[in-house]
Amino acid sequence: MGQAFRKLFDAFFGNREMRVVMLGLDAAGKTTILYKLHIGEVLSTVPTIGFNVEKVQYKNVIFTVWDVGGQEKLRPLWRHYFNNTDGLIYVVDSLDRERIGKAKAEFQAIINDPFMLNSIILVFANKQDMTGAMTPMEVCQGLGLYELKNRVWHIQGTCALKGEGLYEGLDWLASSLKELQAAGRPTSIGASTF
Amino acid sequence: MAQPLGKKDDDQEDEEYSPFLGIEKGAVLQEARVFNDPQLDARRCSQVITKLLYLLNQGENFTKVEATEVFFSVTKLFQSKDTVLRRMVYLIIKELSPSADEVIIVTSSLMKDMNSKTDMYRANAIRVLCRIIDGTLLTQIERYLKQAIVDKNPVVASAALVSGIHLLQTNPEIVKRWSNEVQEAIQSRAALVQFHALALLHQIRQNDRLAVSKLVASLTKGSVRSPLAQCLLIRYTSQVIRDSSTNIQTGERPLSDYLETCLRHKTDMVTIEAARAITEFSGVTSRELNPAITALQLFLSSSKPVVRFAAVRTLNKVAMTHPLAVTNCNIDMESLISDQNRSIATLAITTLLKTGNESSIDRLMKQISNFMSDIADEFKIVVVEAIRSLCLKFPLKHRSLMNFLSNILREEGGFEYKKAIIDSIVTLIRDIPEAKETGLFHLCEFIEDCEFTYLSTQVLHFLGNEGPKSSEPSKYIRYIYNRVILENATVRAAAVSTLAKFGSMVESLKPRIFVLLRRCLFDSDDEVRDRATLYLNTLEWNGSGGETDKGVKEFLFGALDVPLVNLEASLQNYESSEEPFDISTVTKEVKSQSLTEKKVPGKKPPTLGLSANGPTSPFRAYENLLSSIPEFNSFGQLFKSSAPIELTDAETEYAVNVVKHIYNGHVVFQYNCTNTVPELLLENVTVMVDNFDVEEFEEVASKSLKALPYDSPAQIFVAFKKSDGLLATGKFSNTLNFIYKEVDTTTGEAEEEGIEDQYELEDLEVVPADYMLGVSLLNFKNSWESMGPDFERIDEYGLGVRESLAVAVSAVIDILGMKPCEGTEVVPNNARSHTCLLSGVFLGDVKVLVRLSFGIDGPKQVAMKLAVRSEDASISDKIHEIVANS
Repeated sequence: MGQAFRKLFDAFFGNREMRVVMLGLDAAGKTTILYKLHIGEVLSTVPTIGFNVEKVQYKNVIFTVWDVGGQEKLRPLWRHYFNNTDGLIYVVDSLDRERIGKAKAEFQAIINDPFMLNSIILVFANKQDMTGAMTPMEVCQGLGLYELKNRVWHIQGTCALKGEGLYEGLDWLASSLKELQAAGRPTSIGASTF
Repeated sequence: MAQPLGKKDDDQEDEEYSPFLGIEKGAVLQEARVFNDPQLDARRCSQVITKLLYLLNQGENFTKVEATEVFFSVTKLFQSKDTVLRRMVYLIIKELSPSADEVIIVTSSLMKDMNSKTDMYRANAIRVLCRIIDGTLLTQIERYLKQAIVDKNPVVASAALVSGIHLLQTNPEIVKRWSNEVQEAIQSRAALVQFHALALLHQIRQNDRLAVSKLVASLTKGSVRSPLAQCLLIRYTSQVIRDSSTNIQTGERPLSDYLETCLRHKTDMVTIEAARAITEFSGVTSRELNPAITALQLFLSSSKPVVRFAAVRTLNKVAMTHPLAVTNCNIDMESLISDQNRSIATLAITTLLKTGNESSIDRLMKQISNFMSDIADEFKIVVVEAIRSLCLKFPLKHRSLMNFLSNILREEGGFEYKKAIIDSIVTLIRDIPEAKETGLFHLCEFIEDCEFTYLSTQVLHFLGNEGPKSSEPSKYIRYIYNRVILENATVRAAAVSTLAKFGSMVESLKPRIFVLLRRCLFDSDDEVRDRATLYLNTLEWNGSGGETDKGVKEFLFGALDVPLVNLEASLQNYESSEEPFDISTVTKEVKSQSLTEKKVPGKKPPTLGLSANGPTSPFRAYENLLSSIPEFNSFGQLFKSSAPIELTDAETEYAVNVVKHIYNGHVVFQYNCTNTVPELLLENVTVMVDNFDVEEFEEVASKSLKALPYDSPAQIFVAFKKSDGLLATGKFSNTLNFIYKEVDTTTGEAEEEGIEDQYELEDLEVVPADYMLGVSLLNFKNSWESMGPDFERIDEYGLGVRESLAVAVSAVIDILGMKPCEGTEVVPNNARSHTCLLSGVFLGDVKVLVRLSFGIDGPKQVAMKLAVRSEDASISDKIHEIVANS
């Protein structure tokens, strides 16, 4: 009862909560993005063996962001963090043209996972400051976003080091989520529904 | 399972207080879904983890899928900042110990926690991380671990040190680099850190003897304060002493001063550890032992049970090797007999039984009887066994000890306990002839009220063997016949057999036994009636005969001269037909028996009890085996068979051991051969024996093997005639000759063609001791006196430098092959002189008694005076000859 009441209260006046999982190939810049958002600084990071989880508040939404390492041996473990997830942030290294195919394969596997069918999708085309980087359009093409049916998605060019584009992305996430919830559409699938 | 009802109710009452009553895996796994909730309830999550831990510790098995699911939902709890919950998360990760490819997911979280500001996080994260980590990752975090070892928080430092101990198993080269930090940690003020640091440092250096001894030498100077660390240091010190004493023979032990100071330490634990270390010195002297014993003696009256237990246990061990040193504690020990803790009391009793001298036995027995009723059966068995060995040590005391055994036999007790008592009584009857009559009487009384069929039949069998030879056989009949009236069918049948044995062996009882046996013809049980009929007919029909009489007795009561396995196989092959079964067709060659003997070298004859009288004793088995070979029939009575001597190494293709059988004028070597290669079949196997220079031996017969298939042992015999009548010794070389054929293991068929080959065996020697049979003697002095000095020969010998008197004594006993009497083979520590009494029977049934007086002087020169008395002057001379020649 108390729980329900608080949710109602939050929906009108307080903070909304959103669970987001941030994935992508290794060295795409996930951890840098997470800490840029969390403490506003660029940390020198090491490859993540495992995951980082932080709460990021932006406007009146509290994002619980799960940043799971992108190394090859960690990718099979991603799926354990899919349930109860409202949104996916997929980070792409725009400079890495060679592995865009690999990035697409992993991306398609994620969004077609039964737990992720309702999630909204935000793609960060990272490292836009580098010369020779793919444009967001090219990344769109590379991941096959245009062929998606019935999915809510958005692509955002970013530069994690300068923090460019990150908050725009969160803005989109927050507003899309609000819209969908207002429309009564579920945004996440929990384990208990199976 | 089949608990009494009342007990079950108690259990249920207890369980009602358990918060985990009736929790079930399925339900808890369902509950574990709360870990995935967007809004975490830390308290609830902690409770669920507690339940999961409870299930895991109860031995509940989680399937791979379940464990994976739980593990990953637990990882989501890392988002919570609740410290209590985080601690539970660490615990459950360690317990679940998921597979390496999954557990990697928590690595980065743990590494973050390891460097967190919360000490509790740091310590626990280090423990979990080190549990799940592999070598490459370890190098990455090595820096942090080294820091943690010298951390000012003791919990963190201990966690890192303990993790180091674990990691040393998997990544020794990395952990070894931490020596400097660990050494710093040893100086820590925190007791636990010091303890763990010492353990780790020692493990790092354990393979380097010099480094360990340096470590011990520097630390014993006094920087270690933690009692636990001191206990460790004492153990390492005694290890260093053990290693170094083999190098230096000066007598003064290095570092023993340190152990002695530890005896005065204010912590009990350290004192006990030091005392134990001292008592475990090899060749400890009484000067070294005394302070330790004194320290332990004080603890015997401690108020803490655990201290008393530790002290009495150590003293109990010391009593096995140095009974004299412990006698000082006897008074304190006696008060412990009534100790509330039964383990302490039992140890005290058995120690007293070991240290007790002849005069104190009676008093001790009285005390034990009061105490026996309060202890559990397994303790009682320990006491019974101690009493048995005590009785064998002091045969003169057999009366009171036998009385004690019969008293406890009357009390309530389980099967194992009763069996131990019966076995002890039987052993005593066998080894102490004076105890026979009373012992048999006690056994008779026992079967009057015995609830164990197995024991009743055993006792009846034993009575049948021993009773007729006693002075008054008739008095046992009543007890035996009572069994026929009162007991179940199995016991009745055994009683009928026993009666028949009396009837056949004691002529005067025969008519009366027949009357009793005839009554048994109306028994309700087939087996009982059959036995009675058989015995009546054979014994009655044979009442007059002389020669055949012996045959009948042999048939009825003699040992079966064919191996049971072979008989069973033959009977199974025998199909009922007109032709009667002929037992003489059963092969007498022992097959599997020698294999089991080989597999358990030095195995004692099965239980010291009744069965040793039966045909299973090795000597009897050999006798039967040899008498079945016609070539050896003319050799006469077998005098002695040696224990098997291995002629091959343990791991060779063909395992061969040899048993030396000594006859009056002949020696037979029995080679037990086993083929251990499944792919080979050996044919025409012979042993070629070469008696180099020894001309006293002449080969007269041999029995070879036609075939030796895989894993079915068989025997080859080679017989020699001794030309020199009695004492012929010498060395023999042996070669195994054979034709080998390869065998197809799938079909079991051997090739047609064989290849001749031979295999060198080790040499074999016939020594004087082979002609001597050790015989135990109850009262050496009486026998010595009655033998008289007619054929006494006395001479003195110098044995040269020996390590100790005990070594010299056992060497002489081995050379002579005689049996020490009255426990004189044990040399008290540091004795300067010792007298050892030996008795035996020399080939030709000549009784020999030997009195050895040893003396040792400063530079360990041993001198010996040898006095021999025997029934034959030439034998007395021979004994001296043996000693002089070796």
